[in-house]
Amino acid sequence: MSTKETNVNVGGAGAKSEPIPFMQRLLDSPLLLLFLGVAIPTLLYTLWGVMEVVAIPLAK
Amino acid sequence: MTAETAVGVARQFTSRTCQFTGLRVDVAAQNLIKANAVAAVVFLAIGGLMGLLVALTRWPAVHLLPAEWFYLVLTGHGANVLLFWIIFFEMAVLIFASTILLNARMVMPKLAWFAFILMVVGAVLGNVAVLQGESSVMFTSYPPMMAKPHFYLALILFAVGALIVVGQFFANLIVAKEEGAFQGSMPLVTFGALTAAIIAVWTILSGAAILIPTLMWSMGWLSDVDPLVYKVVWWGMGHASQQINVSAHVSLWYLVGALLLGAKPLSEKVSRTAFFLYILFLQLASAHHLLAEPGLSASWKIVNTSYMMYLAVLGSMIHGLTVPGSWEAAQRRNGYDKGMFEWLRKAPWGNPAFSGTFLSLVMFGFIGGISGVVLGTEQLNVLMHNTLYVPGHFHGTVVTGTTLAFMAATYLVLPLIFQREIIWPKLAKIQPYLFGIGAAGISLFMMGAGTLGVARRHWDITFSDAELNFAHSAGAFLMMGLNGVFAVIAALGGIIYVLVVVGTVLWGKKITSGHKLTFPLHAGGAAAASQYGSHATVKLPGTIVLIAIFFVSFVLYYFINWKYLSELWLFR
Ligand code: HEM
Ligand SMILES: [Cu+2]
Repeated sequence: MSTKETNVNVGGAGAKSEPIPFMQRLLDSPLLLLFLGVAIPTLLYTLWGVMEVVAIPLAK
Repeated sequence: MTAETAVGVARQFTSRTCQFTGLRVDVAAQNLIKANAVAAVVFLAIGGLMGLLVALTRWPAVHLLPAEWFYLVLTGHGANVLLFWIIFFEMAVLIFASTILLNARMVMPKLAWFAFILMVVGAVLGNVAVLQGESSVMFTSYPPMMAKPHFYLALILFAVGALIVVGQFFANLIVAKEEGAFQGSMPLVTFGALTAAIIAVWTILSGAAILIPTLMWSMGWLSDVDPLVYKVVWWGMGHASQQINVSAHVSLWYLVGALLLGAKPLSEKVSRTAFFLYILFLQLASAHHLLAEPGLSASWKIVNTSYMMYLAVLGSMIHGLTVPGSWEAAQRRNGYDKGMFEWLRKAPWGNPAFSGTFLSLVMFGFIGGISGVVLGTEQLNVLMHNTLYVPGHFHGTVVTGTTLAFMAATYLVLPLIFQREIIWPKLAKIQPYLFGIGAAGISLFMMGAGTLGVARRHWDITFSDAELNFAHSAGAFLMMGLNGVFAVIAALGGIIYVLVVVGTVLWGKKITSGHKLTFPLHAGGAAAASQYGSHATVKLPGTIVLIAIFFVSFVLYYFINWKYLSELWLFR
């Protein structure tokens, strides 16, 4: 069967000699993820959107 | 920072060891989960009843409520179910995923109780404001329609409470790691809850940014609130809150699969990447609510709803493959390895936690997901904008998806957290099917009526006192009638749920040591849920067939809508 069990439990303890991959470190950092999850929509959606609305000329 | 600096520093806390999962249960967390779950169910009962009243009014043969009451009850329905029911339940999920699942403690439980009280005060005040009758602004509360100040204040109090709990989720997680409750990466269910918590922060900040000025406007302190700025910022909350729901219910799909079938994710990396795509891109889809606004550029709309949102849709597609895939893999390991579908036939269909979760997965994908991508496509959106298709779509997501998943999870919360045996197991068994069929019906028939042009939030589709006559097709009336019938079925399913929960909490048999559960867990379930680790396999013929059916339906439906558009919108 093509089934295999993997139970990787690396990172954190720092006892392993292999460096922890970048993506894993990113996914293990709640606050960094929080920053990304707030910054991206604020820039692309809210700020860009509100700037477009504000740029609409007022009717005379 | 690292685990070893913290070993031995772990604080004492009052806990018990769960006899079914072996998890260490912090009693403070357990009590908070109970309180939030009970509050959730209370507001579901109120809001669900209001939903039934709305549907009965929109059933032309019944036309139950007068117009003012219709809009009042519609406002109450949206707030009670979409805000209060769902968010109280989500607070319970966040607390569970950051404490019990990690064998960790609740940080500052008193603060969480304070937050809970704020939320209850907000929810009660919101209902009072709506029932007083001068705040029938509906869920979106768009200015220049103005509600009474205490309506906005209620929403703000509720949101502040929720934000506190979200903050505590982060604190729990960080403290759990420091105190060595878990090593390395957190379990996938907690990662999904983290995704929900992150989206919640942006959601609540957007809500505060717009509701605080709107409150001031309602009090007369501000002369006006720009309607289009309101829409942009408000949908940052209104849409993103739906993505909290998606992240939360996807986490529960994984959790239930783990506890009942012993399912581990096929690949931690892939599933976590899918959640990561949510964190990065899901919130941008807020722009799909503004596709018909002339004031916003096509670039803003397309960047936010197409390019970026499709990355988030990709995340959902990944979960749509890996959740049933992990169940299939687990069932095959459990010995149901014959043919294509033995794993599915022999699944615990009599366990409402499983059947509800399975229906939630399938219907969220087929009804909510497909219609969502259609509505979120700029060109196709004009076909259905502001018709009943929109509520049809989102009852497919928040009712057949989120609400059903939360109901299913409740059948685990009752024995494991409340430590009470489900009081009426026969009723509980049929409940997810009944509610699922009803909810699927209202979603599909509202979508049908919307495709035929019936507007949403419209009291009288006969236009009886209109200056200019207009008659909807007989088909549209039929759809509204069927919607009413299925609303009754959904309401029955909802009532049974509430009865089973209330009955169990009050009179269910207390679970003592050595008890055998009516709806048993899988022996390896708790380990599968609470530890990082994958079950790598590609032998998933059944799941592949299901996914193929999904894609064919998706593509067909998508192209039918383009065809429909090309017929309405003639380019010559
Ligand atoms: C017994 C179950 C339910 C029934 C029969 C029902 C029925 C309806 C109907 C007929 C409408 C009005 C559509 C219109 O006229 O525009 C509506 C609106 C809505 N429903 Fe439900 N619903 C149910 C449960 C739920 C649940 C569980 C949720 C959320 C989790 C939900 C969220 C909403 C929202 C947000 C609206 C829109 C309110 C607005 O337009 O301001 N519903 N529902
Ligand atoms: Cu949306």
